[in-house]
Amino acid sequence: MRVRAQIGMVLNLDKCIGCHTCSITCKNVWTSREGVEYAWFNNVETKPGIGYPKDWENQDRWKGGWKRGQDGEIQPRQGGKWRILANIFANPNLPQIDEYYEPFNFDYQRLHNAPESRAQPTAKPYSALTGKPMDKIEWGPNWEEILGGEFAKRAQDYNFREVEKEIYGQFEHTFMMYLPRLCEHCLNPTCVASCPSGAIYKREEDGIVLIDQDKCRGWRMCISGCPYKKIYYNWQSGKSEKCIFCYPRIEAGQPTVCSETCVGRIRYLGVLLYDADRIKQAASVADERDLYRAQLDLFLDPEDPAVIAQARADGVHQSWLDAARRSPVYKMAIEWKVAFPLHPEYRTLPMVWYVPPLSSISAAVDQGQIGFDGVIPDVASLRIPVKYVANLLTAGDEKPVIEAMRRMFAMRIYRRRQTVDGVTDTSALEQVGLSQAQVDEMYKVMAIADYEDRFVIPTNHRELSTDDAYGQRSGCGFSFGDGCNTSGVNPTNLFGSKNPQRRKFPIPVKVVPKQTQAQK
Amino acid sequence: MDAFFNNLLFGYYPYIAGTVFLFGSLVRFDMSQYTWKTNSSQIVDSGPRFRLANNLFHIGVLFLFFGHLVGLLTPHSWEQALGITPGLHQIVAMTSGGIFGACAAIGGALLIHRRLTNPRVRAQSSQMDIPILIILFIQLLLGLATIPFSAQHLDGSEMMLLSIWAQRIVTFRPDAAAFVATVPWVFKIHLFLGLTIFLLFPFTRLVHIWSAPIWYLGRRFQIVRARGA
Repeated sequence: MRVRAQIGMVLNLDKCIGCHTCSITCKNVWTSREGVEYAWFNNVETKPGIGYPKDWENQDRWKGGWKRGQDGEIQPRQGGKWRILANIFANPNLPQIDEYYEPFNFDYQRLHNAPESRAQPTAKPYSALTGKPMDKIEWGPNWEEILGGEFAKRAQDYNFREVEKEIYGQFEHTFMMYLPRLCEHCLNPTCVASCPSGAIYKREEDGIVLIDQDKCRGWRMCISGCPYKKIYYNWQSGKSEKCIFCYPRIEAGQPTVCSETCVGRIRYLGVLLYDADRIKQAASVADERDLYRAQLDLFLDPEDPAVIAQARADGVHQSWLDAARRSPVYKMAIEWKVAFPLHPEYRTLPMVWYVPPLSSISAAVDQGQIGFDGVIPDVASLRIPVKYVANLLTAGDEKPVIEAMRRMFAMRIYRRRQTVDGVTDTSALEQVGLSQAQVDEMYKVMAIADYEDRFVIPTNHRELSTDDAYGQRSGCGFSFGDGCNTSGVNPTNLFGSKNPQRRKFPIPVKVVPKQTQAQK
Repeated sequence: MDAFFNNLLFGYYPYIAGTVFLFGSLVRFDMSQYTWKTNSSQIVDSGPRFRLANNLFHIGVLFLFFGHLVGLLTPHSWEQALGITPGLHQIVAMTSGGIFGACAAIGGALLIHRRLTNPRVRAQSSQMDIPILIILFIQLLLGLATIPFSAQHLDGSEMMLLSIWAQRIVTFRPDAAAFVATVPWVFKIHLFLGLTIFLLFPFTRLVHIWSAPIWYLGRRFQIVRARGA
């Protein structure tokens, strides 16, 4: 046993209102630069839908994640090391930028300074790649927002597999959910395995997966390796970039920007302890449907004295062990089993987990479409949303999803009886095998979701990272490597970086006096 | 005067170019690794035509590079020991160089066309991207143009002169330049441009050649960095 700690995340999709605040605050902090306009370290997709980039879940097409061979060994789906190097001149599995969308800016200034004309002035879109005006925007972030666009296109959603085609239409009226997505900071990341330069690494102390911007050479294999398509190629700098889990904030004990600003309070951050020696074994289990269970088995009980002793021996700081005992992520994912990893079948052992949404089932209950199993709605009878969510979160295994939904319903029913009727009725709890104390805590963490309950983040003890903190005083902090120059290029740079471009608009408009126009 | 220029271009220039090549690469690697990259433009234009062109170009150029390296720098005594006559050496060099040179030139032509006409690729290009691509392409054409000249001397005598020159340059012997004084002009331009590519190397995206990730084959899939490492 080798104990390592990681800050994991849980997103309670049942409470996500799809407001995109997470995406916007993330973009403003991390990707509002030339080269990554199209990149959203965090984005929110409306499901069902093909997502961003298009069809990202279709690994037959994009070859992301791992594949288990006949011999039981896993290797990246895009190929082993020789195959990856053979593809290095032109990666056949790389999504072109249009699969995300061609980034654009609107020339809003035109609305202010356009001369008088018969038609309303419009703010034209300008491509951020070329600076030229675009005729038509074909695709963009959130193109499918709230089931926008044609159903035929949306129905390509990969999670529809094993769902009868005839009921797609009916499905459309009963089921919609939001899926906020970010880097999963996997235990078995394919991006790391695919990087020919060895520039991507997982941090031992908190599990955050980062790209060393100095070591990245732009071979582009991580982009196709990552099955979640959460690595982006910065076309300006020629380096890959990804969600950094706001590590400067995490190190200081603060939540990530997306979590901090989430208005629905759906995000949770907490420590998970896991056994690093068994990662490969867990990622290599034969049946895809066992991967969720295998990953659960990796996590260690933070109350177990043997685990604590080994963790100390492996250098996990005491404050992390304390935090692990109060971790909301541990409670939801492991103790209550209401949170699930996203697409465990990719064999990456992702560390951002999701609580399935109940909305479609509640709606069916309200409309009397489904019956009750005891006092709890008969979740299993509503096949389509259950199958869909199972395809998303448990490689198609419906049982854990049904169990989680029943537990959440039981919590609701119990609390409703308490608050509305003033009666403590534990019949629903007995049905799902939860104790009253457990449900009270579930209610506190999941429904009330106080700041202190959502974010239990120990500081990173950066002081342990360096022998000589004094020597680092007056350093230049963040820079792109050209000494203390923060723009990434200096005007006299011999080595040929491309200077950041100034946007080509607003185009100066000459104001034509009214008479002249009338004379024309 | 001719001897002076011959000596300048093929006696001294190789050392100037070589020094800038090595020292410039070192300085860039040390001071500005953020700029050390392939600078791939595949993300903005990744069609089958690009994939074909880039594979042709890279495979061709890689073969040519190692072909030149081995062909020019293998000691002649070793070749004799292996039973390779200068004539055979030249025939092999001409045919393989011709085939891979053609591959690289076709790929290069497609890549130049793409870089100049695709507005996205053009906008993404750094200041040296277009010049170095054109220089490499001209160098490829010059290399192919040497084939008819070589065909006039199938005994390999001319190629021997070039090889002796190269070996004397890399072993720091003072009389190297004289060996190429008599070779046809196309070889001389090819040599000069080749040395110039070494000179420009650290200032272009060519630095990614230093980073050819062969070490990847020997490493474990997962990388975990310990604190402070």
